[in-house]
Order: sequence, then structure tokens, then C-alpha cells
Amino acid sequence: MSRDAILARLRQALPAGRANGARRDAVNARLASPPKHIIPARVNRPRNELIDLFKSFLATQNATVLEVTAAAGVPNAIADYLRSENLPAFARMGTDPFLATLPWHSAPGLTRQSGRADPDDPVGLSRAAAGVAETGTLMIASGAENPVTLAFLPDTHVIVVGRESIVGSYEDGYALVMKEFGKSHLPRTLNMISGPSRTGDIGGHIVMGAHGPRRLAVLIVGEESSNRVAR
Amino acid sequence: MTEGQSKKTRVGLFVTCLVDLMRPSVGFAAVRLLEAAGCDVAVPGAQTCCGQPGYNSGDTASARALAKRTIAAFEDFDFIVVPSGSCAAMLKRHYAELLADDEEAQLQVRSFSERVHELLSFLVNVCAITSVPGTYEGRVTYHDGCSGLRELGIKMEARKLLESVPGLELVEMADCEVCCGFGGLFSVKFPELSAAIAAKKTACIDAVGPDLVLAGELGCLMNIAGKLSRDDSGTGCRHVAEVLAGEMDAPPICWPGKQP
Amino acid sequence: MPSVKPTPEEFASNAIAALGDSALQHALAELPKGLAAKRERAKAALPEFEALRRVGRNIKDHVLDNLDLYLEAFENNALAAGSHVHWASTAQEACDIIGNICRETGARLVTKGKSMVSEEIGLLADLEASGFNVVETDLGEYIVQLRKEMPSHVMAPAIHVRPSDIEATFRHHHRELEPGRNISTPEALVSEARTVLRDKFIGADVGITGANFLIAETGSAILVTNEGNGDLTQSLPKVHIVLTSIEKVVPTLEDGWALLRILARSASGQEIATYTTITTGPKRPADPDGPEACHIVLLDNGRSELLRSEYRDVLRCIRCGACMNFCPVYGAIGGHAYGSVYSGPIGAVLTPALVGLSAAANLPQASTFCGKCEDVCPVEIPLVGLMRRWREKAFDQDTSWRNRAALRVWAALAKRPALYRTAARSMVAILAVLGRSKGHLEHLPFASAWTRNRDFPAPQGQTFQAQWARQRGGGKR
Repeated sequence: MSRDAILARLRQALPAGRANGARRDAVNARLASPPKHIIPARVNRPRNELIDLFKSFLATQNATVLEVTAAAGVPNAIADYLRSENLPAFARMGTDPFLATLPWHSAPGLTRQSGRADPDDPVGLSRAAAGVAETGTLMIASGAENPVTLAFLPDTHVIVVGRESIVGSYEDGYALVMKEFGKSHLPRTLNMISGPSRTGDIGGHIVMGAHGPRRLAVLIVGEESSNRVAR
Repeated sequence: MTEGQSKKTRVGLFVTCLVDLMRPSVGFAAVRLLEAAGCDVAVPGAQTCCGQPGYNSGDTASARALAKRTIAAFEDFDFIVVPSGSCAAMLKRHYAELLADDEEAQLQVRSFSERVHELLSFLVNVCAITSVPGTYEGRVTYHDGCSGLRELGIKMEARKLLESVPGLELVEMADCEVCCGFGGLFSVKFPELSAAIAAKKTACIDAVGPDLVLAGELGCLMNIAGKLSRDDSGTGCRHVAEVLAGEMDAPPICWPGKQP
Repeated sequence: MPSVKPTPEEFASNAIAALGDSALQHALAELPKGLAAKRERAKAALPEFEALRRVGRNIKDHVLDNLDLYLEAFENNALAAGSHVHWASTAQEACDIIGNICRETGARLVTKGKSMVSEEIGLLADLEASGFNVVETDLGEYIVQLRKEMPSHVMAPAIHVRPSDIEATFRHHHRELEPGRNISTPEALVSEARTVLRDKFIGADVGITGANFLIAETGSAILVTNEGNGDLTQSLPKVHIVLTSIEKVVPTLEDGWALLRILARSASGQEIATYTTITTGPKRPADPDGPEACHIVLLDNGRSELLRSEYRDVLRCIRCGACMNFCPVYGAIGGHAYGSVYSGPIGAVLTPALVGLSAAANLPQASTFCGKCEDVCPVEIPLVGLMRRWREKAFDQDTSWRNRAALRVWAALAKRPALYRTAARSMVAILAVLGRSKGHLEHLPFASAWTRNRDFPAPQGQTFQAQWARQRGGGKR
């Protein structure tokens, strides 16, 4: 069996020879208690600067950054954005509880459908459990609440993220996502999204919209003065 | 080491085979610089080649033999100074690797390694000189030889010394740290490749149009000068030591004229 | 449509052809201004960059010291997440495993993300020979697939192709589209590829991706793309296959974050790739989308041998491509001249291990040892030292006296200072005379390789040692 042959060859190659107890213990210990590596110092800054950093990376990476102070404003913010870009007033979304309980009636012109993305859907709407300031990255756990296809099939992807969910590092972001996801194991995909789709494969020219969405809009929800952070 | 010390620093000059055979004036320039810095210079006759050609061609046995001989030839000096980054790196770093398994040689190898310095690095970091004998009215640009730069960290030493030369205008060229394509025997094993890479270097030189292009590496300089000469360029090519020492009687590399 | 067969033994002639290929040279001229410059900017923007290189190296070295255990842990956790895990010792075995999965799925259309491992095993040709319709979805890979070429760079497979040639390729292959259409801009070409490939994404029965990293603690694969093709490939079809190699595993997500911090920065100068996806198992029961099955194929193909060899450090590679972006040799001839799936400095070290030294001997020889590759490698692989080791092996195996003769003569002289000085004096004096009038020689009979494209400096005429002995009278030891 290839599995056994490969493992046997690997064990022969190692200085310790066989998988002795000490080596196995060390590996298990490291898996159980992983060392923390260097976290970029850029994440050590006051919250409002951290959020500015998050926004500025996203802008550099060709995402549109929008802000509303309260959840009640989200439906109109989305409708306004789509209108300003001459996009259909449509959003496909999952069963995300935050999105579900928004006052959609305040944006009556916006058509909503739920479930996985249909190839013809012009706009997908997801909520990210965390935003990571170190590189302007949104973290989304896949599932019925935020189906993964919403982030890749439609031309336009809108991601809503709570201001208090914007953290500094990938480590913090992951911790936040998994806390909300609530299970002991990972979702099918944890997507880290930092801009719209792009390619440099045509003569090195950067072009947006290679296969994934041409447009990414990130809507930050929360009071600007609030320095609350989700834990 | 400060001036006024009664016991002078004893330097053994590892002249390098290229300087010895092709352009001795570089060796004399090095001696002038070292003596101006207050050193006593000797040139052991038992030295020949640092062993790079064999080492980089996979002939480790020959390289090891040369390493032992070179180390033995330079036993009695305070410092061993080398007017070439690649040869200095060979002596300072790779001899230790070659002789890593030779337990008896370890003490000797370590002592040797510590005492080896490339010329510019020695002048700036050990002698701490602030002026040089040479003067030069003209524009020069500097090519950073790969070994000196990446193996020994030599970069600002050249600039510091050149900036102390009265009359000299130093302009940096684009890609001054990019390889010139010499690579030792690479230049004759893959000559078209080598020339193509050299052409990119000479294009950078032409873009700043200096009177001279300098480097601390005669292999690089022969390659660059050879290309500039084939292209009939007006830019001359010298080892940086020649300008710093004011040893400018010899024509630039590949140029005609009376040899000293 | 078979993929191009690797021919590293033709390097010398390939290189010369590449030097004369003006389209290629035009494309290569962009490299220093593009990917190389971007990497420098990304490094400048992250003060922790150099420290993270050491962290990356240490993570990889630790894994290599315990590769068997981490692979077992990965397998356990991948199985627990609902994935199938397959082990393949050889390229053909991996092809067979994947072919069987496709057959059992009743697949007709297969989409594929960029995977160097798949190139290494010739997967595309194998699947097509078995009757599957396979479409590369990474735009660069799609372009080289249409052109029946190998990728020429680990990160940017079509970097050697000019936009005008891409247009010609699209016109030739996309016959169903309107002939009079204007696709003269990069935007139009990307738009067309998007349209053409979208149907494939949606219609695929099986999606095959690679993996940049495997996470042992969770049984996950991390896949990094800018286009999103990897996500469409792995999320839409019924079956997702991850084809990867055994040295890709790292212990935990913490290690993943550290390596992700240096991967995109080294590869393309981005802070992070647009889409970084951590994939664990097939869809969960309540998921409305995602594949029903996830298969992970772990390939050996010579890596276990590499692990016990003196070339072990090459297994740290995270396939960023920085070494080739900065290599003066790669920059002069591009990736195809290497005649191997892996080109540039990493290719020079890896290829002889994968295909044998006799076929690939030229690759580690064709280097100036400038060391820039080692300087930029995010996991500090000692590429120059490893190339030198291959040269040692080649020297030891070389029975041709002719090749060794010149070196042996030099070494023999160098070990005998008195003889060296005598021989040198004569040779130098002769060359000095020959070169006196011009200051250089335009033809060197015994070294025409030099003088083909360059002049050879005339020696000054006497050796330094001879002059020194005369002037300072002694100093011989």
C-alpha cells in the first residue's frame, strides 16, 4: 500500500529513525499548544486607526468601502450602492440571522432571494464574521447562513461586517469567526477575501473580474465613535 | 588599531590569480592603500589561486587542497586582505565549509577565517580610514559584485571611500546590485547567456554615461570591460582600488596604452 | 492533446533560442519592473518580513523532521472532516487515482485550478487520454493549455506570452464567438476568458485544485488565488479533488498564518492574495452548496528520497516564484528553456532530483551563483549551495577526461607555486604582446567562447608576483 510505503520511506529518512515516543510526544504537544508566531506591529494601534487601516487596504485592493452607523441603515445603503453603480436592485443571500432581521421594508425596491447563488444572480450578499485590518481581509464561514457560491458566482459581491468585528490580525479574526461559527470543527470553507477578482496573466496588466466577482463592496456597520470590539 | 601604535599591523596580501596574472596594478594599488592606512604588507609567494574555479565546478578535492595550502601560507599575519569580494568570501566562508570534516584543522581554519577581510571592508571597518591617496576629476559609477555584496555585506564601504576622493562624482546606476553575468567559468560555459546578462549591465552603465565604471571584483570588471570594448563604449573600466590609490598609470581595462 | 514533454537535456540550445526570441525577450523585460519590484515594495511595507523568513524556514524544517507524524495527523483530521485521503508513490499512481475518481463519478467535464504537481505528473494528458474533457481555469494555465505549452513560471504560467499572441490564441480556439469582435485590450481578453470559462465552471462534474498548504491540526487545505477560479473549481462540481504533495503539510493554522504572510508578498508583492480559502472536507449536511465529496491525493514522486538526501532543504519551497523573478539567468531566457515543470533556481535544484542528473545536469551548471535567489527565498533555501552539490555530483560522475582536463591542469599548477609562476609568466607575456596594440584581444583561440561576444583584456605583461619580488626583493614563503 502506498500509504505504508511512503510513511516507511519517510521514517527511514529521519534522524531519529523510527517514530519513537519522544518525537511523537513533541509533535502532539506542538499540535495541542502551537507556538505563536510574529504578528505584524501594524496591528498595534488604536481602534479608529485600525479601522482606517482596514479601509485603506480594501480601497487599495479595489474594493468599495461603505459605512453606515446602524443596522437599520443597511438595506438602504445597499440599495443606494447598487443604484449608484447602475446595478440591478437584487441581492441573493443566505439565512444569516443578522441579515435576516434587517428592516428590508425600508428598501422596497430591492429584490431579495435566498439560498445558494444562481449563475444569473447579479449580486451576492454575505456577512463576514470578522474583518482583518492587517491586510484588509474579510473572513466568511460557509454554510446555509452564508453560502460560498454567493462570494464567487455573482458579478458583484457585497459583504456586510460589523465595526466591532474588525480586528487586527488573522489570529484574532480566526478566533472571532470560530466563536461565532460555534462548532468544534471548521466549516467546509473559511474564505478570506481581500478584494474583487483579478488577474495579471495578460502581459502583466492587472485586470479585475477574472472569474470571481468584478466588484466587491464592503459595508461596515456601526457607530464611528464606538470603540467596542467583539470578543 | 590606531595610528601611533608602535607595532604596525601585519597584513598578508592575497593578491588573487586574476590580479596577479591580468592586472598587477590593482595589487600595487591595494598595497599603496594598505600602507597609507599604516599597515606593513607582505605577499607570501606560496599563494596561487583561492580555489573558486574548482570549488564551483564541483572539484571539491582540488579546492580542499588549495584551501589547506593557502591557510598555511598566511599563518603569521594579523590580517589577510583580498582585493576581491569573491576570493575573500571563498577564503573567509567557504574554506571553513570545505574543511568542516577536518577536525585537526578547525582551530587553524577558524583563526584564518577571522583574519580574512576584503580590501574595502578592511580599510573602512578595521582601519577606519577617512581619506585616500587618490584624486579623480570625473564621473564614476559602481557595480556591486555579487559575492562581496551578498556573502560579505559590502556595500556602503565602496561608497564611503569613493566619496572621500577629491573631485570624484559618484552616480549610482540602475540595478547596480544585479549580476553582471560573469559567474566565473559560467562566462565560458554559457557564453551567450553570460553576454546577454552583461549587455543588460552595460545598458545600465550607458544610461548614466560615466567616465569610469568601477567594482571591487576583477572578474566582473573583465566581463564588463570586454562587453564595453566590443561595443566601442567610451566608458572606462577600473578596479576601485586603482582610483582610491591614485594608481592610474595603466590604461583602463581593455583600453590601449602603455602598461606600467 | 498531450502536454509538452520536459526536455531539460536540451537546455543549452533552448537557451540560445530563447535569447533570440524577441517576443519572449519583450515579455521578460517586464519581470524586473513587475513582480520583482512589487516584492521589494511589499518587503519595505512590512518591517517583520525578514524575521518571518526565518520563522517560515523553521516551521518547514520542523515539519520535515517529523513529516511522517504530521502526515498521519493530517490524514486523521481530514478523514474526521469527511474527506477521502489517497496516497500516491508515483506520478502514474496519482493519475490513476484521479482517473478512477472521475470515472466513478461518471464525469465528463473536469475543471482544474493551477497546480504545479499536476504538471509534474502529466495529469492533463492522462485524463484527456482517458476521454475526460479537462479545462484549465487559471487564466495563465488556460492560455498555455490552448497553446499546448508548458507553464513557464510557477506563479504566472503564461508570463512568456504577449497579449497580441493571447488574442491570436483566443481567436483560433473560440470559434463559436463572433469573428469581428474586438479583443485587443487586456480587459477584453479577460472578459472573453471569463465568459468562456464560466460555462465550464458551472457544467463541471469534478473540480481539481492544488493546495498551497495542508493543515495537520484540522485536516484542511489552504488554496490561494487572485482570480477566484480555485473557489469556483472546488465549490460548484459534485466532487472536489485536492492534488498535492507530501511536503505541503504544516502543523497548525498559526503556522499557516505565518507562511501566508510571506507567500503573496514574495510571489507578487501583494499583502495577501485576493482569495485565501481554508477548505475542510466536503459540504456539511445543511450546506446549500459545495461538493458532496472531497478527495485529497498526497503525492510522493521522489520527495521521500529528497528527504533523506543532501538536497532536503529544497522541500521547504512554498512555490512563490521569487527566485525566478530575480534570477539573471531566468530573466535572460524564461522558463521554457529549462525544459522542466520547475524552472529558475528552484528548478535547477529540483529537476535533477525528479528526472535524474544525467538529463538535467545543465540546469545547476547554468548559474552565475550570484546568490540573489537565496536572498529572496521566503524560506531561506540555500539554493546556491544545493546547485554546487549537484555540480560536485556531476563532476564525480563525469568520466569525460576532456571536461575535467582544463580544471585539473589549473588545479595542478595552483598546487605548485613555482611551476604556476613560471607557466603564468610565459602565458601572460605572450597574451600581453598579442593584445598590446589594442589593449585587448578580439579572438582567443583557446577560449573563443569568451571572445565571441566580448573582447578579452590584454594582460599588463608581467605578473604581480614577479614585479613584487623584483621591487621588494623577497617575501617568498
